[in-house]
Amino acid sequence: MSNAQTPVLEIAGLSIALPGGGDRARAVDDVSLSVAAGEIVCVVGESGSGKSVTAFSVMGLLAKALKPVAGAIKLEGEDLLTATPQRLRALRGDRMAMIFQEPMTALNPVLTIGDQIEEVLRIHTDLGPAERRAQVLAMLESMRLPEPERMHASYPHQISGGQRQRVMIAAALILDPALLIADEPTTALDVTTQAQILRLIKDMQSRRGTGVLFITHDFGVVAEIADRVVVMEKGRVVEQGPAADILTHPQHPYTQMLIAAVPSLKPADRKPALGPLALETVGLAKTYGSKTLFSKARIVHAAKDVAIRVRRGETVGIVGESGSGKTTVARCVARLMPPSEGSILVPDIDIAKLSEGRLRPYRRKIQVVFQDPFRSLNPRRTVGASIVEGPMNFGLGAKEAMQRARDLMALVGLQPNALERYPHQFSGGQRQRIAIARALAMEPEILIADEAVSALDVSVQKQVLALLADVQERFNLAILFITHDLRVAAQICDRIVVMEKGVIVEQGATAQVFSAPAHAYTRALIEAAPGRDFATGLAAVDAVQA
Amino acid sequence: MSAEPSLLAPIAAEPVAPARTVLMRLVRNPVVAIGGTVLMLMTLLGLFAPWLGTLDPTAINPSTRNRVPGFERTIRADDGSTTTFKHRMGTDSLGRDVYSRVVYGARVSLLIAVSVASVSIAIGLVIGLIAGYVRPLDGVIMRFMDGLMAIPGILLAIAVVSLFRSGLTAVIIAIIVPEIPRVVRVVRSIVLSVREEPYVEAAIMAGTRLPQLMIRHILPNTIAPLIVQGTFIAASAILVEAILSFLGIGIPPEIPTWGNIMAEGRNLFRVFPHNILYPGIFLGITVLAVNMLGDGLRDTLDPKMAGR
Repeated sequence: MSNAQTPVLEIAGLSIALPGGGDRARAVDDVSLSVAAGEIVCVVGESGSGKSVTAFSVMGLLAKALKPVAGAIKLEGEDLLTATPQRLRALRGDRMAMIFQEPMTALNPVLTIGDQIEEVLRIHTDLGPAERRAQVLAMLESMRLPEPERMHASYPHQISGGQRQRVMIAAALILDPALLIADEPTTALDVTTQAQILRLIKDMQSRRGTGVLFITHDFGVVAEIADRVVVMEKGRVVEQGPAADILTHPQHPYTQMLIAAVPSLKPADRKPALGPLALETVGLAKTYGSKTLFSKARIVHAAKDVAIRVRRGETVGIVGESGSGKTTVARCVARLMPPSEGSILVPDIDIAKLSEGRLRPYRRKIQVVFQDPFRSLNPRRTVGASIVEGPMNFGLGAKEAMQRARDLMALVGLQPNALERYPHQFSGGQRQRIAIARALAMEPEILIADEAVSALDVSVQKQVLALLADVQERFNLAILFITHDLRVAAQICDRIVVMEKGVIVEQGATAQVFSAPAHAYTRALIEAAPGRDFATGLAAVDAVQA
Repeated sequence: MSAEPSLLAPIAAEPVAPARTVLMRLVRNPVVAIGGTVLMLMTLLGLFAPWLGTLDPTAINPSTRNRVPGFERTIRADDGSTTTFKHRMGTDSLGRDVYSRVVYGARVSLLIAVSVASVSIAIGLVIGLIAGYVRPLDGVIMRFMDGLMAIPGILLAIAVVSLFRSGLTAVIIAIIVPEIPRVVRVVRSIVLSVREEPYVEAAIMAGTRLPQLMIRHILPNTIAPLIVQGTFIAASAILVEAILSFLGIGIPPEIPTWGNIMAEGRNLFRVFPHNILYPGIFLGITVLAVNMLGDGLRDTLDPKMAGR
């Protein structure tokens, strides 16, 4: 194994040119960092900071358009930029390995788990089939995967997302590489699974002495596992140092801003909302049945007996992991799908069973802001056309509608003259502002935000959350806020509804749910939140400056 | 506390109409350029057929039957003056000039290509939109379409032609019917995926009525794939017309079409191959050009290719 003096990975003055026409000349500009054996180095930055490009250049997996133009990448002292493709291929898997964000697409769906891990051994070692199998089973065992024998014979679609990521890690570590590169390995996972995977990576790494280069955008994750932190902004390293120092005493303004933008898990103080009731669901349920000619009907309860009340001026958060039914509830309330049972009162008329025609007048009372800002605006229409569509459907004149759109653009912090532009000319955060403007153009009473800030970088997320709070106050909106992110929920919600497997397990005032969670599942969720002990938010930065 | 990134961060680039950039990419694509140019030449050939040194393509001349390409004939005009006419592609078994018939034949082939492509797309688009959006009708419509597709296109065309009197309209209808299911499938699959897009749901939340929802938000997504599909339909229409005419159930034999010319030359093919060779070459080049145009369009209009 490598001795303690030579770092496992050393990147010195690495620059990678972007093809012409980009917003900057270099994807990565003069980046230097190192990973020692047995060390976890987190590279943190927002989208477009060049952190993934850096990781891919180490593996030699850069897209053809991207060319390293300066610097060196040394793996255990051997320069990778000048290595032949054959040499790189030998090193990949053997001395360095990588795990990816989406474990489903990183595994081959038509090969069994066992085959895929064994493939690594087949390529890089001379082991016989029996030895290979034994080694794979031992690896699966040490990944704490249940029933390694069965797992060995399973196909990727037969196991859960968390298990897939464990399999990826097993395949990556089976040859005992000196360097493991993890590119946002937990971003696609639920919080409780994420916590397990992080623990596993930390465990394996300390037991085997692997150096880990961990790419993430999440400071919670950084606080959880990093030994050292490298902060990147627009292709440059702006700050690096031991994790404890960076997290508590960030020096660079960008790092300070990033850390301050991470919402705190400590609920904000909020006055109880006493406005009139805006929305109430009673016994709301949604079932999916797949009845075919030859098999018995299989009924899935996506949501069951959901009772939620939202007042004007109040934000109620629905939190839960994937499959908890939170989005189903939101879509039923918005009547994007008809509920199977129960009523939706807004607040005196039940819209649960209304036909599309009778429903239409109530459409304008409820508006939705969707998760993906890149798909929620029609790419072929100007943003102005998207915003005025709703009001004009309800009989507002073209001139008045455009005036309203201009006012709303100013309200959400965009230039009113940008109405003539197309969605692709805006950034994700700007598009989410436009989506909020479009919702507000209908003068709704109830706003449903379905993971509305989940796809955004933290700094942008903070601005959009502030905007939501602002428009809520201005228009006395009732907001139903769907999220998987407890930090965001803690900051914006007055009350929190916790859902698990389609059922509400707990609801109450935010402060109460966070300080004294009544249900075991709520406790598990809060405990799984990464970097729980790490004081974030303004308090941290203020403490530094004091 | 550091400065937050500006809310009014500069908005990228000047507004560019997406249509123009697509057009630029199309023109730069050599496959599209070649296919388009050849097709344009064929169209001009058909349009200006009378001025391209042709004779009447239906004029029979028993004295100069089955002459090889290059044969020169003296034509005596009414006033007694004579001119020599060179049969560049020879004559057929009725003494008609093959060159003239091939040039005039481009008219019928291209007319059929354009009309079949546009009509089958128009009909298929409407049926596909209904099948994709109105869930209860989806099963019924698609099973019917599956049934249509199960019958070989040529057989179906022969059946349709035998129902009507043979002629241009009957042939066009006969070629359109088997093409419709292909268009319906394309449109339906697009509607099924686009209707789940958040922007369509946002439009529903905005109270947009169904017809507007279709026209504004769903229909535009079908245009690019349909243009591509249209070119493939056009290519196959030209071929099917030629096959039907060759089999003798298409356009009446006196009207010059590439299929008819080949059908007429079939009997003496071993002795006088020029009767089939020349219309065959034109047919091949035209179908190739239309297919090239379609391939190029698909590559250029496919959003996944847009960044390349």
